[in-house]
Amino acid sequence: MDLFEYQGKELFAGYGMPVSPGELALTVEAAVAAAGRLGCPVMVKAQVHTGGRGKAGGVKYAATLDDVAEHAGRIFGLDINGHVVHRVWIEKASDIADEYYASFTLDRSAKKHLGMLSAEGGVEIETVADENPEAIARIWVDPVDGLSEADCRNWVADARLPEAAVEGAVDVLMRLYEAYVDGDAELVEVNPLILTDDGRVHVLDAKVTLDANAVFRHEAYAAFDETQTRDERETAAHAKGLQYVGLEGDVGVIANGAGLAMSTVDVVNQVGGRSANFLDIGGGANAEVMADALEVINNDPEVRAIFINIFGGIVRGEEIANGIVGALERVNISSPIVVRLDGTNSAEGRAILEPHLSDHLRVASDMLEGARQAVALAAGEG
Amino acid sequence: MAVFVDADTRVVYQGLTGSQGRYHGLLNRDYGTRVVAGTNPKKAGTDVEGIPIYANVAEAVEATGATASCIFVPAPGVRAAVLEAAQGGVEFIVAITEGVPAHDEALFYNQLRRDFPNVRLLGPNCPGIISPGQCNIGITAGHIALPGGPVGIVSRSGTLTYQALHELKEKGIGCSTCVGIGGDPVPGTSFTDCLAAFEADPDTKAVMMIGEIGGSAEEEAAEFIAGNMTKPVSAYIAGVTAPPGKKMGHAGAIVSGGRGTARAKMEALAEAGVKVGENPTEAGDLMAEIVAGLD
Repeated sequence: MDLFEYQGKELFAGYGMPVSPGELALTVEAAVAAAGRLGCPVMVKAQVHTGGRGKAGGVKYAATLDDVAEHAGRIFGLDINGHVVHRVWIEKASDIADEYYASFTLDRSAKKHLGMLSAEGGVEIETVADENPEAIARIWVDPVDGLSEADCRNWVADARLPEAAVEGAVDVLMRLYEAYVDGDAELVEVNPLILTDDGRVHVLDAKVTLDANAVFRHEAYAAFDETQTRDERETAAHAKGLQYVGLEGDVGVIANGAGLAMSTVDVVNQVGGRSANFLDIGGGANAEVMADALEVINNDPEVRAIFINIFGGIVRGEEIANGIVGALERVNISSPIVVRLDGTNSAEGRAILEPHLSDHLRVASDMLEGARQAVALAAGEG
Repeated sequence: MAVFVDADTRVVYQGLTGSQGRYHGLLNRDYGTRVVAGTNPKKAGTDVEGIPIYANVAEAVEATGATASCIFVPAPGVRAAVLEAAQGGVEFIVAITEGVPAHDEALFYNQLRRDFPNVRLLGPNCPGIISPGQCNIGITAGHIALPGGPVGIVSRSGTLTYQALHELKEKGIGCSTCVGIGGDPVPGTSFTDCLAAFEADPDTKAVMMIGEIGGSAEEEAAEFIAGNMTKPVSAYIAGVTAPPGKKMGHAGAIVSGGRGTARAKMEALAEAGVKVGENPTEAGDLMAEIVAGLD
């Protein structure tokens, strides 16, 4: 679950991290009014769930209210890597003496938390990692022990931050770790972390990804879920509790299990087609879930054919077949459907589908064959 | 022989009184697994179809000699359940539950390593483990697996594992043990752990590995295979066409910053001498070829 910069800063402020005063604006007028209250100069910053805002013209310095109006006018509606700007954050501008980079994330390989700190901030950390890897100081934190101040101090020393920034950096980094752990974040990143002209270490940007699995212990996170970037199809699927990811092809995919769903998307592409989506209906595969899934796919105007790929384990073939038949009675599906049903009692399941078969509903003997049929139907063949 | 679990494994189910735990626990018992106990602090002294319920794992171990635990409790309770199992004295813990926060996983993974170095955790968010004909712990449909070896299976994905078991059975190929390590960011047991166990198991002659996008576990497995495995390995990696930055269902299945792509994993495995299939069927065919060539 990705947060906008302003949400991340709100979260950080809750842990006592120094952030600039600012306001969210949804219109140019609101942006100007916010700047009026904050006092110029301000920064006008596009709020999008992607990087590269600065390069795309989404972050601007405004010395006057006229500048705010001009910049906000250009930034609203701007397309940044496919993300259209609907929100702008107006915050008090800072005097920057120096820029650093700081982050915590989970190192899946080491199975520990990984902190990264660099005296070279303000640029993409991937670029620093490629061109000057020794400029990044890394610290691995055992979750059982947590981050001690002594270790944090050594880490700051490793990163060779200037003397003037050391105390402030240690304080901010200890709080950043607390926000990361306590907030159940997958990533907290501050780039740049700055040293101001008057010697304060200050948080100038916030990139936060939260673990959606931890929502149960963070009531406030429900609000963040509402501002996730989803296309129309993903919003509809999310409302039905389906595991759905929109893609750009014309073969709708339904499968049970994340691995099988991913594999189905791959196989459709392998035989020359393009999948319209990833959709995992989970282990149950009953009529209700199947109907929901078909409805979501049916509403995708790009879909020309649907491939249902189900492997029966504990759930038997009869139950799955009845689910499909039941779903088709409830939803009027415009595209032809190919069903591949395998595993437990698959023969019994196919027998249930048999009387319903037509040009519109076909069965395939295996996954590759099913994908081929669906791709041919999407292309108007077969 | 098999790896991690066999006919002597005695299992206590944490969450046996819940609907999922009861359903799968009883199926596991029907399969032949020695389901010796369940736990629930509020229902100690009762039973589930003859399986005695104890207040906690320690009491269940004391009374029944349980050697393994299977966790079906809801995600918020998994952290406590894993530690309870380790403290209770079992040597093998299978956590089926999905949706466990990654920070919890990192915490109990490191806590187990430090305080209970001889305890093995499988999962969370995994289908479990089956040594066909001997022991089935978790949610795998037992009858889709043919007992006897010679193939060991290790997989990050549930349904693709069933698919693999099924395809091997259709070809008349048996399985020594099938381990579902789960799709989460911090799995208790890794590909490498399983590969090492299969390499040491005399009944396993070849290994089939099913991976997916995200992380670097497959690359680490490739390194292990190149340096340590004498037995042949076939592999399949799901997610070749997954777009960067989008999670594909599993908490761990994401391509981020150009890392964790299926192609990179396939190349690393192929370089280590693994026969890599482009789809599950091809991986099954490759395994059949390997098995046909075994002495």
